[in-house]
Amino acid sequence: MSQPIRVLLAKVGLDGHDRGVKVVARTLRDAGMDVIYSGLHRTPEEVVTAAIQEDVDVLGVSLLSGVQLTVFPKIFKLLSEQQADDLIVIAGGVMPDEDVVAIKELGVREVLLQDTPPEVIVSTLRRLVAERGER
Amino acid sequence: MTPSSDLVERVAAGAVPAIGRMISRAEAGSPEARPALAEIYRRAGRAHIVGLTGVPGSGKSTLVATLTAHLRRAGQKVGVVAIDPSSPYSGGAILGDRIRMADHVCDAGVYIRSMATRGAMGGMARAALDAVDILDVAGFDTVIIETVGVGQDEVEIARASHTTIVVSAPGLGDEIQAIKAGILEIADIHLVSKCDRSDANRTLTDLKQMLTLGALTARHAEWRIPVIGLSAYRGEGFETLMAAIENHRRVALETETGAQRRHAIARFRLEKTAENLLVERFTRGARQVVEPLADRLSARAGDPYGLATELLEQALAPQHEPGAPT
Repeated sequence: MSQPIRVLLAKVGLDGHDRGVKVVARTLRDAGMDVIYSGLHRTPEEVVTAAIQEDVDVLGVSLLSGVQLTVFPKIFKLLSEQQADDLIVIAGGVMPDEDVVAIKELGVREVLLQDTPPEVIVSTLRRLVAERGER
Repeated sequence: MTPSSDLVERVAAGAVPAIGRMISRAEAGSPEARPALAEIYRRAGRAHIVGLTGVPGSGKSTLVATLTAHLRRAGQKVGVVAIDPSSPYSGGAILGDRIRMADHVCDAGVYIRSMATRGAMGGMARAALDAVDILDVAGFDTVIIETVGVGQDEVEIARASHTTIVVSAPGLGDEIQAIKAGILEIADIHLVSKCDRSDANRTLTDLKQMLTLGALTARHAEWRIPVIGLSAYRGEGFETLMAAIENHRRVALETETGAQRRHAIARFRLEKTAENLLVERFTRGARQVVEPLADRLSARAGDPYGLATELLEQALAPQHEPGAPT
């Protein structure tokens, strides 16, 4: 039997709204995934450490506060220091279109904005993990 | 894919990514990882395994966080395996125990791993004990297993840990009576959490009385089960708890009772692993033969016991083993 996909969903910075990320957590759970939720107000260091200790397939960062251009460079720097480049990083929330382009250039694999249907979130994660293959 | 055998040395050196990956391999249960896990088991055996259990919402995760802080101050490296339930419907899980342990995330002397039960009964995950061994080999002095929030008879934790702590919360007075014959029996240490609440004394008294009643027929003369009141909010009671854990560690390591306990732990591990292998083998075999038998049962062309015996024979037949000619 194949293993459930493991996902860490994280809220980084001073953003205090996590209704959306909880809906996503529930959606992924109902799709049979193991979902770890970080809680609010985490730092990039905490999120990367948790992702490596938990050995997740996917790190999903939810942002509603506009700090994506600060947070993602830090996250990718830490991941490369830890040689955890096989971790799939995705983003969710609300952000300007030009920021979506910018964070994808940094290495964010997909950006799932506020109007993404739940089944698309599930299928996107499954596709990304399948593309990565065994590790 | 890194072969599991290459991970062992890196685990022993305490490399966090290797520990994480090795635990995932143990969870996956693939035969490829077995020689590596065997090597891990051979090297393990140093860590003090503390099991923490209690009803949902009794404050287990908060206690683990505060206990971890105290153990760190005493100079110990602390591993935590935190178990949450998998959905019986989708198989998915939300693992939320890390939220309470946020203070320790960036401390290199603390390793926290969340695990889902994935259908395992008894409040534990199948690979929890493999994860404990891996953390043991990686140099963590105390490994805390936090079970899922349990009901009455999820007592497996007591058969896997050196020291079992049962957490009760105030305000469940009637339930105390109801679960008397359940998990309260397995405690080496009783904790009452949330002792900043006014009804905590009642719970402390109930537990102490229960233990007094049982003292006449007590199993272990070397150890008197303490009842400790705690408030994580006020930071009270933790020195007492730390002393109790240290005392019990000594009992578990140095006395006849402790030796018996370690033998019982090994025996439980052996039986449990055999059970898992058997279930795995049965499930794999049954998938291929169950439908016609179910049809017969449904049509009342056979009885449950007779057909189940047939199912067992067919499912466990050697041709369903992987690698067997089809």
